[in-house]
Amino acid sequence: MKQYDVIVIGGGHAGSEAALAPARMGLQTLMITGSIEMIAHMPCNPSIGGPAKGIVVREIDALGGEMGRNTDKTNIQMKMLNLSKGPAVWSLRAQADKVEYPQAMQETILNQKNLAVLEAMVEEILVDEAQQVTGVRLETGDIVEAKAVILTTGTYLKSQILVGHTATDGGPSGQRASMGLSGNLQALGFDLFRLKTGTPARVATTSVDYTKTTIQPGDDVPRTFSFDTPMSEAKNPDDQLPCYLTYTAPETHQIINDNLGESAMYSGMVEGAGPRYCPSIEDKLVRFADKERHQIFLEPESKHTPEIYVQGFSTSMPHDVQEQMLRSLPGLENCEIIRYAYAIEYDAIVPTQLWPTLETKKVSGLFSAGQMNGTSGYEEAAGQGLIAGINAALKVKGEEQLVLRRDEAYIGVLIDDLVTKGTDEPYRLLTSRAEYRLLLRHDNADLRLRPHGIRVGLIDSERKANFAMKVMMIEMELARLQTLRITPKAATNAYLQTIPTAAIRDGISLYELMKRPEIEYHHLAPLMPIPAHLTAEVIEQVEVQIKYEGYIAKAMRQAERVKDLESKRIPMNLDYAQVPNLANEARQKLGEIRPLTIGQASRISGVNPADISILMIYLKSLKRSV
Amino acid sequence: MYLTETITAIATAIGESAIAIVRLSGPEAITLANEVFTGKDLTTVDSHTIQYGHIKDPKTATIIDEVLVSVFKAPRTFTMEDMVEINCHGGKIATQRILRLLLAQGARLAQPGEFTKRAFLNGRIDLAQAEAVMDVIHAKTEDALKMAVSGVDGKVSQLIQTLRSEVLTTLANIEVNIDYPEYDDAIEMSNHILKPRLEEVQVELEKILHQAQTGKIIREGIATAIVGRPNVGKSSLLNRLLQEERAIVTDIAGTTRDTVEGTLRLGHIVLNLVDTAGIRETADVVEAIGVEKSRQMIEQAQLVLIVLNNNEPLSDVDRELVTMTADKPRLVLINKMDLTNQLDLTELQLAENELVKISALEDWGLNQLEGRIQQLFDLADFTSEATENFVSNVRHIGLIEQASQSIQAALEGIALEMPVDLITVDIQDAWQALGEILGEEAKTDLIDELFSKFCLGK
Repeated sequence: MKQYDVIVIGGGHAGSEAALAPARMGLQTLMITGSIEMIAHMPCNPSIGGPAKGIVVREIDALGGEMGRNTDKTNIQMKMLNLSKGPAVWSLRAQADKVEYPQAMQETILNQKNLAVLEAMVEEILVDEAQQVTGVRLETGDIVEAKAVILTTGTYLKSQILVGHTATDGGPSGQRASMGLSGNLQALGFDLFRLKTGTPARVATTSVDYTKTTIQPGDDVPRTFSFDTPMSEAKNPDDQLPCYLTYTAPETHQIINDNLGESAMYSGMVEGAGPRYCPSIEDKLVRFADKERHQIFLEPESKHTPEIYVQGFSTSMPHDVQEQMLRSLPGLENCEIIRYAYAIEYDAIVPTQLWPTLETKKVSGLFSAGQMNGTSGYEEAAGQGLIAGINAALKVKGEEQLVLRRDEAYIGVLIDDLVTKGTDEPYRLLTSRAEYRLLLRHDNADLRLRPHGIRVGLIDSERKANFAMKVMMIEMELARLQTLRITPKAATNAYLQTIPTAAIRDGISLYELMKRPEIEYHHLAPLMPIPAHLTAEVIEQVEVQIKYEGYIAKAMRQAERVKDLESKRIPMNLDYAQVPNLANEARQKLGEIRPLTIGQASRISGVNPADISILMIYLKSLKRSV
Repeated sequence: MYLTETITAIATAIGESAIAIVRLSGPEAITLANEVFTGKDLTTVDSHTIQYGHIKDPKTATIIDEVLVSVFKAPRTFTMEDMVEINCHGGKIATQRILRLLLAQGARLAQPGEFTKRAFLNGRIDLAQAEAVMDVIHAKTEDALKMAVSGVDGKVSQLIQTLRSEVLTTLANIEVNIDYPEYDDAIEMSNHILKPRLEEVQVELEKILHQAQTGKIIREGIATAIVGRPNVGKSSLLNRLLQEERAIVTDIAGTTRDTVEGTLRLGHIVLNLVDTAGIRETADVVEAIGVEKSRQMIEQAQLVLIVLNNNEPLSDVDRELVTMTADKPRLVLINKMDLTNQLDLTELQLAENELVKISALEDWGLNQLEGRIQQLFDLADFTSEATENFVSNVRHIGLIEQASQSIQAALEGIALEMPVDLITVDIQDAWQALGEILGEEAKTDLIDELFSKFCLGK
C-alpha cells in the first residue's frame, strides 16, 4: 500500500491545478480519476476567459498554475473584450480546442515529476478519531494513505442527467457518477445541497448554412494568457476559427411555448437551483416573455471534431422537441445533431463549511475545490483547485497558508464570497462582485500575485528573474518620464498639434503629457527616444499606471482602509456563546461561519456594525486578560 | 465602527456657548482637517500645538469661522490615534457647518461613545471602563436603529429611493456591458448617454440639498446681523421688530409668550439675531471698535441687514460695511425715510432689490422686509408644514452631499473622456452613499438587478 503527501480526487479543471501544484512544490501527489482520457475535459463550451474569468486565468498563471499556458498552446481563437471600456475590465477570452486542450493538460500531468495518476473510483474518505484525514478507500476496497486529500469531484456527486421526462444516473459526457462519496461525506457530518446546470446541443459544422449568420472573428493580433508564453509561441491569428451569430425565430418561440410541459425544468423534475446566468432557453422565454428574439452564438469546438456548440440554447426538452427547436434557427434548418442538450443535477458541499484556505472545518487535512463547492465555470474551478493544492501542500510542509484578499485577486473575491456568504445557485464570477475592480486588472495580475507564487515555490528561477526585471523596468520608466520635460518650443507644439492634442504653454513632464486621454505612449517617441529594452507589457503597464493614476490611488486608499480589518485575526475556536451582548442572529452566524478575520466577519449577512464593535472589544479584552 | 475610518463629532454640548469643539480621530484626522483649514499646513506642524486660522469650504472658498485648531499626533492622544480639535465660535450654525464640511471630506459621524471605545481598543483605558462603554454601545445602537427607521421619513426616503433606483438602473446597464460585452440587448452606455442621465440625478440631489437648507432655515431661523454706524436707528429697528413679534404672538387667541432674547419672528421667518446686546451698546462705542465688532458679527451671520441713515451723507463706515458684505446675502435698509434725504447711494451701485426703505420710528416699510428675505433665501414656496418632509439629519445631509460630490466627480471624468469602467467607480460611490441613508446593502442588489432586467447567459 502506497502512501502520499497529497491525494486529489478528480481530474477536471480544479483537480488538474490541485494536483500539479503540490507536485511542483515537491510533494508526492496522487490524482485519482474515473478516466485518464477525461482529465481536463470540457463538457460545456470550450471557451476560457471573458470578463472576470479571463483575469482569473491570468491570476492562476501569475501564481504558477497551468490553465493559461495550456490555453495558449491549444486555442483556436483569442479575443480581447471590453477594449473600449478601460483597463480594469479588459479581458481575454479564448476558444480552446476541445480535443487538444485536455490532451495537452494530460501530457503535462502525466509527465509531471512527483505526480502519479490512478484510474479508480473513491468510495470513502478515511478520517481518524482526531478528525484528521488519513487517506481514501477505493471502490475495490484498496486503501491509499495521504496527509492531505483534496476533493474536486465537480458535478459527479450523485449526478443525474435530465432530458425531458427521463432522469438517468450518470455524470457529464456519459461518464459514471460517483454514488458512494455523497453518503460518506454526509456521514462525516457535511451538509450537501443539490445544484443544477445544463449544456446545449452540438450540431455538425458541415450542416450549418453560415450565410444566414453573422461572422464573429477573433482578434487579428496574436494574444496569450500566460505571462511566460513568448510571443513567438502565440498562435497565428490567421489560423483562427471564427464564431457565428444567429437569433431565435418566432417559430422557435412557438415550439418552446407549446412544449413547456415537456421540459424537465418545468415539469417539476428538477429540485436543484439553476444558475441565473446560465438559464435554459425555456427559462429565458418564460422570464422575458416580451423579448422578440434571443442571441445564439455558434462556436466551433475543435479543429479535430466537426462539432458546433449552440451557445444560448441550453434546454432540458426531450430529443424530438430539441430537433424541432434547433431546426427553427436561421442557418440551422438542415442541421445534423451530434449531441443533444441535457440538464444535470448534482450534489455540492455547502461552502460555508470551508475555511478561506479551502480546507474543511470538520476534517483537518481535507480540502475541497471547484464545482462541488457550488461554483460554475472552468476558471472558477481551476482557481480554487490551485489554491486548495497550494494550501494542502503548505499544510503538509508546515508552512503558512495562502489566503488571497478581495483587493488582491478575483480568486480572493470568489473564495471569500463562497466561504463567507455561501451560495444557493452555481456561483459565477462577475466583475461586479469585486469592490476593487480597478486594482484587479488583466494587465497587473503578475504584479499582484507573482510574489505569492514565488513564496510558495511555484515560480522557477528563470521566471522569477524575468519578473524582477519587469518590475524594475516599470519603475525606471515611470521615473524617467517624470524627469523628462518638454518646453513650449514651436517645433514641439507643432508636433503636438499633429497628434492631435493641445499645444503646451508651460514646460511639462512627459508623465504629465501622458495623462491626456488622447496621448498614447508611442506619441512620445518623436519627443524623446524610447528605450529599446522596453517590452510591450512594460509599456502597457506604464501607460495604465500614469493615465489612471488618480482613480487607482483612490481605490488603493479604500482598499488600504479595509486591509487593516483583514489583518485583525479571530481565533479559529472562539466560543461566541461567551461574547456578551451579541445579537442572537450575529451570534449564530458567527458561530457557523467562524470567520478568521474581523474583515471577513463584517461581510457575513446578519452581522451588523454594532456586533463587530462588540466582537472587537471582546477580543481585545481576551488578549489583555491573558 | 472601524478603526480605519476617521470619525468626527461635536464634542461640546450643543447650544449657545462661547466656544464649541469639533473633534476628529483616526488615520486621516489631520489631512481631513487640513483640507478645510487655511493657515499653517497642519500636516507639517508639531504634535500638541495650537494653530490659528480659518475654516474654509474648499468647494466655494467661503470662510465659515475663525478657529483655533489643536493637532495631536498618535500615539500620545486620548484615542491613541491622530486627533484634531477645532475650537470654533459657539452656536449651532457655525459648528454644524464645520461638522458637515468634515463629513463631506470623508470623515464619518462618530457613534455615541466611539471616541472612548477607540481609546479602549487602542489600549488606552482599562477593561472596567470598557465594559461600561460596551453597554452604552449596545443601548445606543438599539436607539440608533429605532431612530434610523423612524428618522428617514416617508417622503424623503421615497425620494431617495427613486433616485437610487435610477442610479442603479444606469449602473446595472454598465455592468451588463462589461460582464456581457456581446449581449446586444442592453444599450452601450457611452459617456455620451451617461452624461445627461447623471446631470439629471445631480439636479435632483442639489434640489434635495437646497430644500434641506431651506427647511433648516425655516425651522431653525436665519442667523442675522444688524449692522450700521451709531445712531442710524439699529435699536429702534430692533424694538420695532420685537414689537411686531409680540403683536403676532398675542394675536393668537389665548397665547402670550415672552420673547426669547435674540430670536424674533417676521411673518413665517425666524431671525436669530447675532449679538443683540451689541446692537444696543454700539451707540456708546467709538466708531473704530464698532467696525471691528461688525466684522465679527458679519462673519457669523447668514444674513446681514445694513442700516443706513437717510438723513446723513454716506460715510466711510457705511462704504466699508457695504464692501465687507459684498458676497453675503444682505439687505441695505435706508432708515429715517421720514426725514429729509441727504444720502446719495449712486457710488455704491446697489441693485434695486437690495434696498429697503423704512422708517423704524414711523413704522413703515417693514412689511417689505419679509418679502425681500424670502426672496433672498428662496423661501417663498415653503410653508412651515412642508418642511417636515425635508432631510434634516446631519448624517443624511452629509451622505447626500457625498453622493452629489461623487456624481460631480463622474461628470468630471466624463469631461476628461475617461473610460466607462472608471466613471462607474464614482457612480457606485454615489449609489452606496444613498444606500447608506436607507440602510441597504449594495452588492447583492446590483447583481439581482442585472439578472432581473437583462436576459443574460449562455
